[in-house]
Amino acid sequence: MIAIAPVRKQLRVKASQARAFEVFTGDMSLWWPPQHSILKSPLERHIVEPRVGGRWYAVGVDGSTCQTGYVIEWNPPQSLVLAWQINADWRYDPALLTEVEVRFIAEGADVTRVELEHRNLQRMGDKAAQVRGSVDSPGGWSAIIESFKHFADTGRGVRDEKTE
Amino acid sequence: MTYQRALLALGDPTRRRVFEQLRQGPRSVGKIAAGMPVSRPAVSQHLAVLKRAGLVAAKAEGTRRVYYIDPRGLAAIRIWLDQFWDDALSAFQAQAEKQESDA
Repeated sequence: MIAIAPVRKQLRVKASQARAFEVFTGDMSLWWPPQHSILKSPLERHIVEPRVGGRWYAVGVDGSTCQTGYVIEWNPPQSLVLAWQINADWRYDPALLTEVEVRFIAEGADVTRVELEHRNLQRMGDKAAQVRGSVDSPGGWSAIIESFKHFADTGRGVRDEKTE
Repeated sequence: MTYQRALLALGDPTRRRVFEQLRQGPRSVGKIAAGMPVSRPAVSQHLAVLKRAGLVAAKAEGTRRVYYIDPRGLAAIRIWLDQFWDDALSAFQAQAEKQESDA
């Protein structure tokens, strides 16, 4: 088995622990980079059902839905573990299980350290090896890479685009 | 782009089988070909494509040349997710701080 080191991120937000947890697990469409949407239609909302086993899914403005994963651990407002089941082809795959753990550590009344770990990524590698030749299909990697590049080039956040 | 190249390389079913044989460990061209209904030269060609895509690497083992999965190729997935989370978390941060100041 080839291991891929987990992606680990850490940042500080000027918000209370409760607020940070709420924003992260509330409507993710408020911050989820829209170019990385798993839906063809723009995101209407992207939500987590607040309980263990709850679904993590996105709803498009056209009413279409796509599951991202589910809740493995739910400890508001300290932490949560989400199953990320979007494969290397950027599609929901119930057979894939990678984990995103997010911890919210209060460093003050209005300062929270957020630590994120996305692990078991080698399972995506396994999946990539089974991926069909669908790179050029809409929503495949080439489209995602293009939109990612656009996002990187324009450097615009979700919030900016939503409030305009 | 590494990802695109890697996924294109794995789009061919025969090449994918060559790649998957290496998941059990390093193998020579002859050993890979023995387990497949294709010729050695064909296997060599598939390996060359996989190598260019950064999915496999080769090393000398005695007088033979063995191929193995290049972990850096699969790590491309990690690089991509790493960038994704950078983007997502900075947007999350902006949103969390915005709501806090609005509250």
